[in-house]
Amino acid sequence: MVTRMQRLNSQYRVLPPEGVLMTENPAIYALREAVVHFGDPQRPVLQRISLEIPRGQFLTVVGPSGCGKSTLLRVLAGLQSLSGGQLERSYGESAMPTRGASGAELRAGFVFQQPALLPWRTAMQNLRLPLELGSGAAGEGQAAEAGEERLLGLLEQVGLSRADAGKRPGQLSGGMQMRLSLARALVRDPQVLLLDEPFAAVDDFLRMKLQDSLRALHDARGLTTILVTHNLQEAAYLSDRVVVLQPSPRGLSADLSVRRSRLSPAERRRAPEQFEFLQQLSAALFPS
Amino acid sequence: MRSVSDVLVPLLVLALVLGVWQGAVWWWRISPVLLPGPGAVLSASWKIRAVLLESAVRTALAAMTGLSISIVLGTLTAFAFSQSALVRRAFYPYAVLLQTVPIIAIAPIVIVSLGRGFVSVAVVSAILSLFPIITSTTTGLLQVDTTLLDLFRLYRASRWQTLLRLRVPAALPYLISGIRIASGSSIVGAIVGEFFVGDGTPGLGSLIQRKSATLVLSELYATVGVATVLGTVVFGLITVLGETVLRRRFGMSLGGRVSGPQSGD
Repeated sequence: MVTRMQRLNSQYRVLPPEGVLMTENPAIYALREAVVHFGDPQRPVLQRISLEIPRGQFLTVVGPSGCGKSTLLRVLAGLQSLSGGQLERSYGESAMPTRGASGAELRAGFVFQQPALLPWRTAMQNLRLPLELGSGAAGEGQAAEAGEERLLGLLEQVGLSRADAGKRPGQLSGGMQMRLSLARALVRDPQVLLLDEPFAAVDDFLRMKLQDSLRALHDARGLTTILVTHNLQEAAYLSDRVVVLQPSPRGLSADLSVRRSRLSPAERRRAPEQFEFLQQLSAALFPS
Repeated sequence: MRSVSDVLVPLLVLALVLGVWQGAVWWWRISPVLLPGPGAVLSASWKIRAVLLESAVRTALAAMTGLSISIVLGTLTAFAFSQSALVRRAFYPYAVLLQTVPIIAIAPIVIVSLGRGFVSVAVVSAILSLFPIITSTTTGLLQVDTTLLDLFRLYRASRWQTLLRLRVPAALPYLISGIRIASGSSIVGAIVGEFFVGDGTPGLGSLIQRKSATLVLSELYATVGVATVLGTVVFGLITVLGETVLRRRFGMSLGGRVSGPQSGD
């Protein structure tokens, strides 16, 4: 165990943050009794959450507003530190070590609720941003040369065209901005994709398309995906597993796995399993 | 988009005011020593056009020199303010002093250290125009979308990377608004500067002083009129230039954003 930690540390040249242990674990993330509060220990946002997330899983966290699901995601991303408990991360070996990756956190890509694009940069320049940040990151010029073709390919993978590369966010529709944001999260070839209600602000038709793109990316890239949403259908349609986070008493109230048969997206949306699962989920959320 | 009425209506108001003014002067036969009519002011402007033009150019040069100084100093100060709350708390009260210090009181200091003349006038202009640039730019550097800050934090961006790649571009509309407001102050600063620290070479300020000493009021009004036009033209030029740069180069706009000292925090 010690040797592995040393190896990881020398590989990334960082020490894991306080409360984070690197251990041999089949789970990519393991939360143990995690607590987060903002100043007042009597009113925690996350209360003793224990959760293991195996590699390759598509996990969705659902729950009403204020249950702490966004905070949970921020903890996993390293944007929020724990007030108590532990988070174990075990990303393992990366198939493609990313240039400029200076911390284990960079093994995760994050998609925010808003596209969060820089309005003064073109789509391609926005896509390149993650390569320019962090210690040891490539300079703007170097980043510009690095894998132009790969980035264009990434744009196509999320459903944008090469012609969009030179456009500014203001010239792209809301859905295209969200796709660009998704592509940016993938630029450093992360093993994990974290999404915080990414499709909350788009219309139903577009949401379905974006959902299909997301699941396709998850399968094609062998990602571990953790999605936070309050849309139960989205949870049922996309996930391998759904956990329910409730506001009072605080904690995980249900942990359900989804049976996924080999179906086309259109078939899956109509499949009876979908409705069965939605019933289970509703029962877990609103016990009679 | 601006419609024709946006231009026409203010012009109509101007014509109305000038008409009433001219009518009053005729009707009550007001002595030109008390109040010259607009016609008299116009013909006076034409009569002294050469000296008016020379003065306006000189004052404009001093104001633009002052404005340039305050853009450089103001932006640097705003950088410092944006990097530390402690620095901000420690120095902000002194930035406010710039706004409240009576120029008459510091005129002797300026004269002692720099002497009378162009440089001193530019310095007074810079002192008067510095504050709006500091507040507006600081606001812009600090008021960055928290999601974007999270994004930079996620990728372990250094303070420097965050400043250059996020805060500075995001603050550009604020900087330009600040410059726009400061441009008016810089003209006022140059004119007032010529009053107190000028060396008497032709400038709108020294001209106003000289004309008010004589009883040729029409020429005094003409000078004041030119000063007003100069301020308006500079303000307009900076607005158009700023809008164009923002839109073409950065895909942003000034919008309806008016950020003066009031909206500074």
